[in-house]
Amino acid sequence: MTATREPILTVRGLEKHFPIKGGGLIKRTVGAVRAVDGLDLDLYPGEVLGLVGESGCGKSTTGRAILNLQPATGGSVKFEGRELVGLDRKAMRPLRRDIQIVFQDPYASLNPRLPVFDIVAEPLIIHGLTKDEAELRERVRTLVETVGLNPEHTNRYPAEFSGGQRQRIGIARALALEPKVLVLDEPVSALDVSIQAGVINLLEDLKERLGLSYLFIAHDLSVVRHISDRVAVMYLGKIIEVAPRDELFDRPTHPYTQALLSAIPLPDPRRERSRQRIIITGDVPSPANPPSGCRFRTRCQKFANELTDTQREKCLTVEPPLESRGPAHQSACHYAAATQVL
Amino acid sequence: MSIVKDLDPAAPLLTVEDLNVRFPTEDGLVHAVRGVDYTLRSGEVLGIVGESGSGKSVTSLAVMGLLPASARVSGSVKYRGQELLGQGDRAMSRIRGKGVSMIFQDPMTSLDPVYRVGYQIEETLRVHDSKLSSKAAQARAADLLTMVGIPNAAERVRSYPHEFSGGMRQRVVIAIAMANQPDVIIADEPTTALDVTVQAQILEVLQTALSETGAAMVLITHDLGVVAGIADRVLVMYAGRPVEIGGVEDIYYEPRMPYTLGLLGSLPRLDSSTKQRLTPIKGSPPSVVNMPPGCPFAPRCPLHVAECDVTEPELVDVGGGHTAACIRIDEVRKAHGEAAAVFDETADDRLLGSEQPADLSAAAGTEDVGAPGDPVGERTDPAPQAGTGSLLDATTTPSTSTDGDRR
Repeated sequence: MTATREPILTVRGLEKHFPIKGGGLIKRTVGAVRAVDGLDLDLYPGEVLGLVGESGCGKSTTGRAILNLQPATGGSVKFEGRELVGLDRKAMRPLRRDIQIVFQDPYASLNPRLPVFDIVAEPLIIHGLTKDEAELRERVRTLVETVGLNPEHTNRYPAEFSGGQRQRIGIARALALEPKVLVLDEPVSALDVSIQAGVINLLEDLKERLGLSYLFIAHDLSVVRHISDRVAVMYLGKIIEVAPRDELFDRPTHPYTQALLSAIPLPDPRRERSRQRIIITGDVPSPANPPSGCRFRTRCQKFANELTDTQREKCLTVEPPLESRGPAHQSACHYAAATQVL
Repeated sequence: MSIVKDLDPAAPLLTVEDLNVRFPTEDGLVHAVRGVDYTLRSGEVLGIVGESGSGKSVTSLAVMGLLPASARVSGSVKYRGQELLGQGDRAMSRIRGKGVSMIFQDPMTSLDPVYRVGYQIEETLRVHDSKLSSKAAQARAADLLTMVGIPNAAERVRSYPHEFSGGMRQRVVIAIAMANQPDVIIADEPTTALDVTVQAQILEVLQTALSETGAAMVLITHDLGVVAGIADRVLVMYAGRPVEIGGVEDIYYEPRMPYTLGLLGSLPRLDSSTKQRLTPIKGSPPSVVNMPPGCPFAPRCPLHVAECDVTEPELVDVGGGHTAACIRIDEVRKAHGEAAAVFDETADDRLLGSEQPADLSAAAGTEDVGAPGDPVGERTDPAPQAGTGSLLDATTTPSTSTDGDRR
């Protein structure tokens, strides 16, 4: 559906390596945590791209590197054709009108000493977008109403709001500059289920009404399936599979995607108890020292149980590239095969 | 001493009756648990679900006698007929680990960082069996680690907790919990701190632990998926009280309490490709300081009627050992587990956390001082129309300012 359009955001070979300093007086760099290690993404206008993975796979770092909040150490991020990597704060500022972020923790991302009005008005003032006080008031009021909060309450402080409401304040602040792209970094994972659903519905409505594009970063695949048009799965700093939503959930081809989908318990006793589960062993390896060849081979059920020694040789030595598995569907596995796991 | 002898093998494994927990705070007495009753039968898994602040963890800490001294606990907790509330720490330590053991949420903090994991397991064993030789304890510790799936257990007993990953530490915690073949294991959010692939591993280890020890389990979680897979019966908590108890299939397919129905409707489904809208529950849970009379869920309930505010409903039997605390059970029955039949999908959150009356959203709409065409109702509209002169139109077409207040 999006193949013919130009992407609004193009990420190529993005790298974010954090240096590991040695002990002692002279802090020499002794290695690097390769949090994001050569990542390619395209975000199309009006699209929700879900970015999923387990903790430590680099999905939040990706979001921050795209926004230049943590400068990338390599690769390229292009927004509407303009390169963002390497821009300094000043050069980045006008672009911040177009790309905004909503953070995970609504308790930490709002200044507790500012009333809600000031929090939402701050971007408008910084970017000089209002002529006078009355206009500012009107705009903040409209924004607060847009996210489903009572505009009478903007003189209150964040502490007087619940988690779900705070996340709505964070969304209002991100919308203040009328951005084209929103990076949503785990926007609902700190919220209880009944509250989370309201915020998800709000995000869906806003996307339709404002024509936004979302990069939706999350670890909860149920939420991602619900909201995304396409889904990219990350493992140890790389995308290992990307596909349109139903294609990914119904015909995953990468063993990691299959294990991930299979691991999630379904809130349906009969289906949950009749499922065959793929259980992968071990934990995610350290991103400071990723395995040779395929990064997933140390936990891969296919590598462990199905492949012959000669086939394994390729997993050990050659890093699998993202290859096409069908329309808009790519995965990085030498022995990819679609399986139904749900 | 006496407590172990007084056990009645015929009595139910664990009976909790009218359990109340109050914490004195600056804001007044926080009534965190307001009358919990349940009976755990041998070999069963009872899932306790609820959102944060519903009192599910405090309930289990009260059962174990692990609440701080300032907490005021009343009611009754009987393990095999023996009252546990009011027992001293010495008497309780004979029960803890041996009769009832506990798995905590955070494996990063529930192990002691300065002792080897093997020692921590041996300690649990020797506390309950003074005749156990240290050699036998060591061997048993290694066996237990093997049972919970830790490779090279004979060597790993000499590791410190920091040498293990989160999933591995939780395996150690489970090994400690099952070390003395307890009758009851209380697991408080045992997989919440873990990634999904590790969660799947740990749930499997928990099943192993149950079949190895034959223990019954109380599984406390907010994850309705975990409960669906492992529990036999489910207790749903809201504002410090059970609001629905029943067999796992009854709770998921035929809930009778609107809150349970709302929770299920709020969950996005991994196994469904239809983009069905979620049905959130408006508002947020009440503060348990100075609860008003009436049903605590009433302010958020779509089936709310004036009668709901009079008294708090008791759990009533709806058949087949299934009870629910609601006076509008018949209306909920008609939904047959379809939340959309009762809840709507409004994205409005303006009522939350305020002391405003429930009809505020209508009031706020009429006295709205925004632009005359400003569609207050639009934010609740799933399919909004264009051309209403709001911020939204200005943003979709940023070049043409339609209302003059945005550039």
